[in-house]
Amino acid sequence: MLVLKGKGVGGGVTIGTLAVFKRQETVVERHSITDIEGEVARFQAARGKAIEQLAQLYEKAVVDVGRDNAAIFEIHQMMLEDLDYIESIEGIIRTQEVNAEYAVQATAENFAEIFSSMEDEYMQARAADVKDISRKVLACLGFGSDAMESASEKFVLVADDLVPSETVQLDKSKVQGFVTAGGSVNSHTAILARTMGIPAVVCTGVSIGAEHDGKLIAVDGYAGEVFVDPDAATLSLMQAKLEQDVQHKKLLDELKGKESVTSSGQKVHVYANIGNTGDLAAVLANDAEGIGLFRSEFIYLENEDYPTEEYQFAKYKLAAETMAGKRVIIRTLDIGADKQAAYFNLPHEENPALGYRAIRICLEQQDIFRTQLRAICRASAYGKVAVMFPMIISLSEVRKAKAILQKVQQELAAEHIPFDKEMEVGIMIETPAAALLSEELAKEVDFFSIGTNDLSQYTLAIDRQNQHLESFFDAHHPAILRLIEMTVAGAHKAGIWCGVCGELGADLELTEKFVAMGMDELSVSPASVLPLRQKIRGL
Amino acid sequence: MEKFTYVITDPAGIHARPAGLLVKEAGKFASKLTISKGAKKGDLKRIFGVMALGVKKGEEIEVTCEGADEAAAASALAAFFKANL
Repeated sequence: MLVLKGKGVGGGVTIGTLAVFKRQETVVERHSITDIEGEVARFQAARGKAIEQLAQLYEKAVVDVGRDNAAIFEIHQMMLEDLDYIESIEGIIRTQEVNAEYAVQATAENFAEIFSSMEDEYMQARAADVKDISRKVLACLGFGSDAMESASEKFVLVADDLVPSETVQLDKSKVQGFVTAGGSVNSHTAILARTMGIPAVVCTGVSIGAEHDGKLIAVDGYAGEVFVDPDAATLSLMQAKLEQDVQHKKLLDELKGKESVTSSGQKVHVYANIGNTGDLAAVLANDAEGIGLFRSEFIYLENEDYPTEEYQFAKYKLAAETMAGKRVIIRTLDIGADKQAAYFNLPHEENPALGYRAIRICLEQQDIFRTQLRAICRASAYGKVAVMFPMIISLSEVRKAKAILQKVQQELAAEHIPFDKEMEVGIMIETPAAALLSEELAKEVDFFSIGTNDLSQYTLAIDRQNQHLESFFDAHHPAILRLIEMTVAGAHKAGIWCGVCGELGADLELTEKFVAMGMDELSVSPASVLPLRQKIRGL
Repeated sequence: MEKFTYVITDPAGIHARPAGLLVKEAGKFASKLTISKGAKKGDLKRIFGVMALGVKKGEEIEVTCEGADEAAAASALAAFFKANL
C-alpha cells in the first residue's frame, strides 16, 4: 500500500481504478529552416487554430462549470493575442532561423520562468497557464496531442500536474477523482474539480509512475488522503467513509433548501451547534437553518489569557455575516465544571458541576461578562444575533444579567457604535429549577433553549463524567421528558419559542415526542442536521 | 497626455481575470496606454505585461494615456479600476 498526503480540494470520497495521465511529452527539436516567412505563417495559422479551440473549450466549460470558472479559457485566448508573446516567438523564428515548434517552446519556458520567479503564490501558479497555451499551439503545429485517450471504464486520474484545458477536456462521466503531485488549492484544476464536485487531492509531492496503472486507489478529498493499493483494513475503512459520503450527498440532494416540516404542516427549525468559527463551513455544507448554540467558551479555552473584545467581536461578526440573516445564538461564557481555563484561577472545588460556573462567574466577575456582551452586541449589527445565558436557576439571575446587558447597550449607544436594538435574549433551561420555573422565566426572555445534557445530570443526580454510573443512566427517563414538556408549555404560555440544544435534540427516537410537545427548534451537530430534517419530514 | 493613479482594493490584486478584462477594456482605445507600479512599466494592452507587474492589494499604480482618444481612455479606465479592482 502506498499512502500519500496532500491537500483535499474537492469534497467527497472515491474508490476506483488508478489511471496515470499520459501526456505525449517528447522533446521539441530545434532545426534550421530556410523559408522564414513560411514558418511565421505556420505559427500564425496554428495560433489562430488554438484560439478557435479555446473558444470552443470556453463554451464547453461555461456549460460544465459556469461562466466564472470558464473565464480562464477566455484569458488563455487573450494570452495568445498578447503581442509580447507573439513578438517573442516570431523574433526567435526570424533571428535564429529555426522551426516554429522550437520558438513556441522556448518562449513558453521564458514566460513561465517570469511567473515562477514571482513572490505571489497565485502568480506562480500562472506559469502553468503559459505552458498550457503553448502546448495548445504546439498541438496545432502537429506536435503531440494534448487530449487523453478515452478509457472505457471509470477511473481516478493521477498526474504530476494537470493544466486547465486538460482538466476540462476530460470525459467527466469517466473521471471519479483527481490526484496530482503538484498543483495548489489555487490552481484552476483545483477550482474546476471543486465545481464539478469530484474528490481531488493536490500537492501530494509524490509522482506516481506508470507501474501503478490499473491498481486500486482510494481518495479522501476531505482529509487529503490517498491510498494506492490499499490493504484490507484501509479499504474497508474507506468503503465505510464512501458509504457515509454517498448517504450524506443523497440526503443533501433531497433535502437541501427544504423546510423541516412534518406532513401535517408543523414546522421545526433545525439549527446547528458550533464550538468555534471553524465549524461554520460544516454548518453551511449541511444546510442548517441557523446556529442554535455557539459555545463561546471555546474562545476562552483556546487562549492563554482573557480574549479581548475585538478578538471576540471578530469571531461573532464572522458567524453573523456567514449565516447571512439566519439566527445565530451565542451562549455567553459557560466555563467551570469540566471546562477549565488556567487564567481564570478558579478555586478547586469538591463538586464543580454544582459549583462556581457559567452565569455565576459572569454575575460575580462582571468585567469579563461586560467584555463579552459588548462583543456580542457589536456583532449583532451584522446579522441576526441572539444572546443566551447558561445555568440559570432563578428570576433574579435573569434580571441581573439583563440589567448588565442593558447597560452595555446604553454605553454602545452613547459611543455611537451600531448594534441590533431588537436582539433576542434567551436562557438555557438546564437545571430542574429553571424547568420548574419556566412559566415565570418565560415572561423575562424571548426564548428558551433546553440543555438536555446538564438537565439530565442534575435531574437524575448522575455525574455525566462518571462512567461507573452508566447502568443507572436513562437518557429517556420520564422525569427528564416531563421537565422538557413543562418547559415548552411554560414558554408557549408566555408566547415565546422553545428549542433543544443538547444531545437529545439529535436523538431520532425522541423527534416525534418533541414535535408532539410543540418544540419550535432543535439544534444539533452539523452532521446531524440532514438526518433530523429527514426524520421530521417523515412524521 | 492623461494620467491617473489608483490604489488597488481587490484582495487578490490584479490577478488573471481582472487583468484579462483590463486588457480587453484597453483594447477599445487607439491611444498608447501604460500601467506602472513604481519603476516597473507595462503595456496595458498586453496581458502578460500587466500580470507580470504582480500588483497586489494596497499598491498604487499609475496609468498613462497618450494619443487621440486619451481623455476618453483615461476616464473609461479610471471607472474600470474603481468598479473591478
